[in-house]
Amino acid sequence: MSKNPMAASLAMLNRFSSSPLVHKLGLYKPAQAVAKAAVREGFRATSRVMRQFKAAQKLVRPERFHKVELKSDLFDLSLSEEQQMVRDMASRFAREVLRPNAARADEQCAPNADFAAQLGELGLGQLVVPEKLGGAASQASVVTGALLAEDLAYGDLGLAIAALAPIGVANALVRWGSAEQQSRFLPAFAEASPPPAAVAIAEPRPLFDPNELRTRATIDGDGFLIRGEKALVPLAESAELFLVGASLVGKGPRMFVVERGTQGVLVKPDPALGARAAGLSRVVLDDVRLPSHAILGDGVDVCDFSELIDLSRIGLCALAVGVGQAVLDYTIQYCNDRVAFGEPITHRQAVAFMIANIAIEVEAMRLLTWRAASRAEQGLSFHREAYLARVSCMEKGMEIGSNGVQLLGGAGFIKEHPVERWYRDLMTLSVMEGGVLV
Amino acid sequence: MQLEIPRKLKPLVEQAHLVAKEVFRPISRKYDRAEHEYPVELDMLASVMDGMNEGDAGGGAGAAQLKQERAAKGGGVRNGTNMSTVLGLTELCWGDVGLALTIPRQGLGNAAIAAVANDEQSQRFKGRWAAMAITEPGAGSDSANIRTTAVRDGDHYVINGEKIYITAGGRADIVVVWASLDPSLGRAAIKSFVVEKGTPGMQLVRLDHKLGIRASDTATITFTDCRVPKENLLGNPDIDTKQGFGGVMQTFDNTRPVVAAMALGVGRASLERTRELLRQRGILGGYERTLYGSTAAEAELYRMEAELEGARLLTLKAAWLADNGIPNSKEASMAKAKAGRVANHITLRCLQLCAASGVTETELLEKWARDSKILDIFEGTQQIQLLIIARRILGKSSAELR
Repeated sequence: MSKNPMAASLAMLNRFSSSPLVHKLGLYKPAQAVAKAAVREGFRATSRVMRQFKAAQKLVRPERFHKVELKSDLFDLSLSEEQQMVRDMASRFAREVLRPNAARADEQCAPNADFAAQLGELGLGQLVVPEKLGGAASQASVVTGALLAEDLAYGDLGLAIAALAPIGVANALVRWGSAEQQSRFLPAFAEASPPPAAVAIAEPRPLFDPNELRTRATIDGDGFLIRGEKALVPLAESAELFLVGASLVGKGPRMFVVERGTQGVLVKPDPALGARAAGLSRVVLDDVRLPSHAILGDGVDVCDFSELIDLSRIGLCALAVGVGQAVLDYTIQYCNDRVAFGEPITHRQAVAFMIANIAIEVEAMRLLTWRAASRAEQGLSFHREAYLARVSCMEKGMEIGSNGVQLLGGAGFIKEHPVERWYRDLMTLSVMEGGVLV
Repeated sequence: MQLEIPRKLKPLVEQAHLVAKEVFRPISRKYDRAEHEYPVELDMLASVMDGMNEGDAGGGAGAAQLKQERAAKGGGVRNGTNMSTVLGLTELCWGDVGLALTIPRQGLGNAAIAAVANDEQSQRFKGRWAAMAITEPGAGSDSANIRTTAVRDGDHYVINGEKIYITAGGRADIVVVWASLDPSLGRAAIKSFVVEKGTPGMQLVRLDHKLGIRASDTATITFTDCRVPKENLLGNPDIDTKQGFGGVMQTFDNTRPVVAAMALGVGRASLERTRELLRQRGILGGYERTLYGSTAAEAELYRMEAELEGARLLTLKAAWLADNGIPNSKEASMAKAKAGRVANHITLRCLQLCAASGVTETELLEKWARDSKILDIFEGTQQIQLLIIARRILGKSSAELR
């Protein structure tokens, strides 16, 4: 690429003059060294394992949930008692804990200090870990998972992701984990303070497609060697467990269980436009050596990668629905209160119709997401449905975020109101892959 | 939670699809060209549909039996007439919207009679083809503003006024006419009256030439001192200013999802045909690549499909609410607004994707693009639906949010 020499030197000048190191030492490092330092700057090796994952009892066969059997095949949007209970609980938590802490957590790029304790009281892990392994779950309820995500995201997206990222790892272990993986890791997720953990799929490059992972796994002796870089990984700094997507040479995409402290796992905070409370980070896997049993599943039940992506997308869609609903409710209230030209601005069609359109699109996004979730838990194919829900939530989510700010005008642009955060959150959601999984 | 079509309604969907494919599609172009010519092929079909309607809920595909169910009395969830009508009409309109609109005895007037008639009236008008006359030259969306009057005179009402855009107005046996008992009392005074074809004073003035749905006739009818028996007033004859528009407007909560369903049908027709034509160009659309990793044409197909699927689910929700006795005015409008605009958009975008094959008459795509426009207009325009939704969610009256 030919670059204007003036522009190039200005850019260099700018970069150097802002570097405290240059000021302090008056040094000019050779360009190569600077570049190399920049690549590694900020990445830290994860410290040794704090928690020892160990099996209280060894399963002989992995615990698998049966698909959900409904009493009738009628079209029915009503919720089961259990689903309603989860909704009520999640909504209250979203209102009382997540929303009041949202602005602060966004600013700090981390959940509030007492978040883990507050979350512990909710006991989300109990909802997904099978009874045999210390949880209370008896079936894989994808719908319940989606409702939970929707309602938590209504409070705050970043905190919702912080709460749900470990649940996503547990869900994947229940669905595909081998008996050994389940016995070893799952009991911890049923405890009051589950281990921070995350599903790492996205990679830092334009036009990223999860079906074309550049993170590579090669067979190395009786284990694997993994090399690559992951982006938008929630909770990565504290995560004790990662589920990493990598392309296994000659086989295709697979998921690998990577424990904190494994040699070659480097983490660097990489705050994004939105979902900042989730502590989104880059994770570098620098020739990480893993044992053979680190591949998710075993010979028989190898993880269905496409299904994993779809379940993750259902989760991301549900989160977008929750944030969209938050925008809708907030703009209704604000615009009804806001008086201009002598009457509430909602007396003008230009304003009222924008809000009506948000209502329509949020509801359509919700139903698309619910259908994909409902098909998934009944054991029906759901790839197409998850794909369409994703397309809709990407496109409409972006529009809703933008219109939310527009409806508040100048007030939407300042941090006194949450709509600017939802603008950032919805945009970030629209490019995420992985992170959560229902 | 379950968002699939139940097994018990699948035969109905299949039947309706068969009718659309074997009866409508082959004559679709013929009656698009021969506007105002009665499609005689439909007489046989109408008899078959009458038979279907005589079965219990879940039988018919037409709009003739729509009604808001009372709340289920411990009987659990229902998928009834509203759901089956929505599903049936989606299929029929996949075949041809114009023909679906002109199936004898399945008119909008029939839906109005089903919604508000008493038992005696239901019996008396059974088996008659009923059109619906609301719009006037000076009153379209603001139907509270109609000027047609009905004045009580002994055992009769005397109707005076002009009605336009009456679907099947030239073909129906009877017309349900909206008229005001006293225009100074506003919407509460508006009542609907059944007028028999041939009643002195009722005159068919003309049939309009249209952009689309040309197989369906659209009539202008005038009423000059037209006397109808007082027993032909549908619903309550008293003017109750508190109850307001409720009576007559109630019909619309039931018919909006049906018009949404019609839009779904024509939208799906366009999308399916376009996908077939693009497949010949190697565009497969298997949901494999991300939206931005797909070709532009593929991504367009995905976007349209996602929009259509969202509209379909909103429509099913509105019908499900009605079947289970849950108020659905807002949801009915959401379905109509989304389906109307999405279907129109899809039929137009598909033309562009198919280029010359899209706009010329060798394909039906150009016809669907003409047909679809009305679905974002009649039974309440896009803008009227947005008004209804906005008033509901914002808690505004029609005086505040105009």
